[in-house]
Order: sequence, then structure tokens, then C-alpha cells
Amino acid sequence: MLRRRVIPCLDVANGRVVKGTRFVDLTDEGDPPELAARYADEGADELVFLDISAAPEGRGTLLEIVERTARRAFVPLTVGGGVRSVVEMRDVLRAGADKVSLNTAAVAEPTLISRCASRFGRQAVVVAIDARRSGVEGAAPAWEVVVKGGREGTGLDVIGWAERAVDLGAGELLVTSMDRDGTRSGYDTELLRAITSRVGVPVIASGGAAGPSDFVAAVVDGGADAVLAASIFHRRIHSIADVKAAMAAAGLPVRGAPVAA
Amino acid sequence: MRDDRRDPPADDRPLVAVVDYGAGNLVSIDQALTAVGARVQLVRDGADVPKAELLVVPGVGAAAPAMERLERGRLVEPIVDWIRSGRPYLGICLGLQLLFEGSDEDGAETLGILPGRTVKLRNAPTLPHIGWNQVERRRDHALFAGITDAADFYFVHSYAGVPTGDDGEAAILAETEHGDRFVSAVARENVLGVQFHPERSGGNGLRLLANLVRWSVALSAGATMGALPIGAGGTRGGD
Repeated sequence: MLRRRVIPCLDVANGRVVKGTRFVDLTDEGDPPELAARYADEGADELVFLDISAAPEGRGTLLEIVERTARRAFVPLTVGGGVRSVVEMRDVLRAGADKVSLNTAAVAEPTLISRCASRFGRQAVVVAIDARRSGVEGAAPAWEVVVKGGREGTGLDVIGWAERAVDLGAGELLVTSMDRDGTRSGYDTELLRAITSRVGVPVIASGGAAGPSDFVAAVVDGGADAVLAASIFHRRIHSIADVKAAMAAAGLPVRGAPVAA
Repeated sequence: MRDDRRDPPADDRPLVAVVDYGAGNLVSIDQALTAVGARVQLVRDGADVPKAELLVVPGVGAAAPAMERLERGRLVEPIVDWIRSGRPYLGICLGLQLLFEGSDEDGAETLGILPGRTVKLRNAPTLPHIGWNQVERRRDHALFAGITDAADFYFVHSYAGVPTGDDGEAAILAETEHGDRFVSAVARENVLGVQFHPERSGGNGLRLLANLVRWSVALSAGATMGALPIGAGGTRGGD
């Protein structure tokens, strides 16, 4: 049976893993390949690198880091952040990434998704969607797609964009609740369910994880195939094994889970 | 990558030729094979296939563009010749699908080494099938020595080959469930194929690749397959 995946996310800026609430209060957390190898050893099912380098000069460094990581960690690697063209995607894949996630550039130019999918196969194209609640209190819930790390609204409806991205060739969706991101108040399972009930591709939940029960809820209530988190792993608040044990105890199929007592 | 290397001095590591036709993650294959003690040479042109212990065709994506790129690199004939001459071959993901006669994905005609076609996974709850899933063996093979049955490997695909006829049935080595069951590994004499990605499957994947290299060396040296050590390399379970 297909396992539900637990995925640590590494925010990388100028060649280093940083922690902090996405764009503020960044502190140096170490060498990306080192941390990636540690997580792979600890049972990470995949790894996601998100390049948050503010300056374009960070990009060359990123490719070198992707290659060093691919040579250290024998689990799949998704790389995202600032990929704007088929050529840039090719370079990231050549460096050793298995998948590339597209976000702002895909919103600006949706055909980027179909061009990348027809060149590399849809399984290599992850579309990352940053969502913010936009509905009025009391009305049916709605979410707006936001870009540029949450700083800019687009007016796009998240569900409509998710369906369109899949039609264009997205093989997977990485859905981040910007309302929950960094708040440690749990994943937005309503958002996840609204998407997973409408698309047939795997959905990765992101934004808001505080503890193992949140991962369980993202899968059970939200229908997510995979669950991503950053700070709770970096800060060693919870281990990947803790999370998997909770998922296994809830009856979810996970890889390498310790047998529940 | 080691494609520029010329005659490394006194290197007695087994040589694995990996076909590079612009599909798939070569960094991870190179690294994983290196980690299990092999030496990798990338092959981009059919004229440059080295005398290797093993030929690996990796790849993800659709069959038609892959066949086009193989043809452009004049690689189709050398690959078929290699297989027909009885030398060890491993197809990974698309490299397995290409062994069949054709693909429903885009109607491409493929290598036709194994009877059957590549078809879309049926009744799958999600597509693509992405993630770790169990590889359930139908029979023993040196490839899985020391790996527990139903161990987890990493998949990323929407299509899989369906072997047909007695010959095809006999080639099935393992199956996996995602919706309906599909064939996740085949073995027929010198031809092996896996639908999952051993190079991305952690400890289980490295164990399988180590078995593969050992099997290839033995086969190249003329050992009969039945004589290969089946449980060599310990019995540690899935990682």
C-alpha cells in the first residue's frame, strides 16, 4: 500500500539552511547537504529545498548544493523557489533534483506548467500554491492564491487554480496555508479537503504543523498524501519517527514506522 | 559525473554503462552505483558503449520522446544488441517500460524485448503514483537477496508494463498495489527491470543495487543464474 509521506522542508538562502518564519528573523541552521543527509537517515521520505535567496547571485550556489545533496541523501529531492523557465528547471534537474516546484512564475505564466510537463514529464512538476483565506465570515470558505512569499494577492481562487494547474500538467500540488504558516496552530484541513476532493494528483500539506497529531489530521481530515514541515524538525521539537509513530497509531500506512507498542 | 574519465589506473571496480538520453536523474544513479562499489560511465552515443559488466537504462516520462532521443543518439540498436547477446541489463522506470512492445501513453512503439504493453495504472486512487510502496515478490531472485518481502521502494509514474503470454507471465518478479496490482519488477535471464527507483529508495535501494552489481559480474563471468547466491549479504529487513 502507498505510504503517506513525511517531508522535511529546508529553506535555503545563499547556500545555507536558514530558519525563521519564511522571510524574517533568519538564523543560520547549517549546511544543506548535512541536514538533508541527517533527515534521510532519520526516515524522511523525501526532501524539499526551497530557495529563498533574495539575490539572483544565490542561484548558482543552489545548483551546487542540489548536486551535493543528491550525492548524500538517497531519497527524492524536490527543489523550488524562483524557477521561471524550462531551462532553469532543466538545470535544477540536471543537478540532481527529482522534482521542481513552480509557484509565482506559474501563476504569472500558466503555460510554464505545460511546457515543463511536456519536456520532463508531469511527475517532475510540482505546483506550489500559497493560499490565504478570503471568504467572508459565515459564508462558504474561500481562499485566494498569494505569491511572492505571501506578500502579494492575485485575486485567483485557490480551488480553481489547483484544478487548472493539474489540467496543465502538475503532477503534484504543494499547498501551503499562509494563515497557518509559522503559527504552529495545525494544518488548514478544510483547505486541504477542498483541494483533495477536487483533484486526482497527490497533495502535500504545508503550513502550521505543531505536533504529530497535526500530521495525522492533514491526512485523515484533509486527505493529504504527504505532509511537510520545517521548523518543528529543525528545532528538534519532534522527530520524524515521532510523527510516523503517531501516523501508524492512527492506522495510516507509513514507511519504516516503529511497531506501535 | 565520470563521463570524461579515461582509463583510470588499476581501477578494478565493475563498470556500469548508464545510458544518458536526457531523461531521468543521472546524478542519483551515478552516486548510488558508486556507493555500492561500481564505476559509472555515461553513454550518450551508440558508438560509445563500453565493455561494461552491466547496461542501465534509467528514465522517467513518456515513451515517444524517449524513443526519439534514443534514436537520435543511435542508441536503439546497441541496446537491443546488448540484450540479445545475453549481457546484463537493468531498466529503471521508463527503462523497464521501453522493454515492452509499445506504450498506451502516446502510442509509441518500443523495444519489444518483452511481450506486452505499457498501460495506465487502473483504479489508482491518485495519479501519478508518487511515493513509497511495497514490492511484493512472486519468486526469489538474487536482485532481492537480503531484502525482506514487501519492502518499500520509491515510485513515481502513471504507467506500467503488462507482460502477456506465458513468456511474459514467467518474467514477472514482483507486484505492487496502487488501485489494481501492477508489475513492479521483471526478470528474464539477463534482463531485469524495476518500475521503482532503487537509486532513490534509501537502504533497500542500495542493497538492491549492490545485489545487481554482484549478479552482473557473476553473469558476465559466465555463471549460471541458478548458481547465484540467494541470501548473500545478510538479512537485515526493510529500512
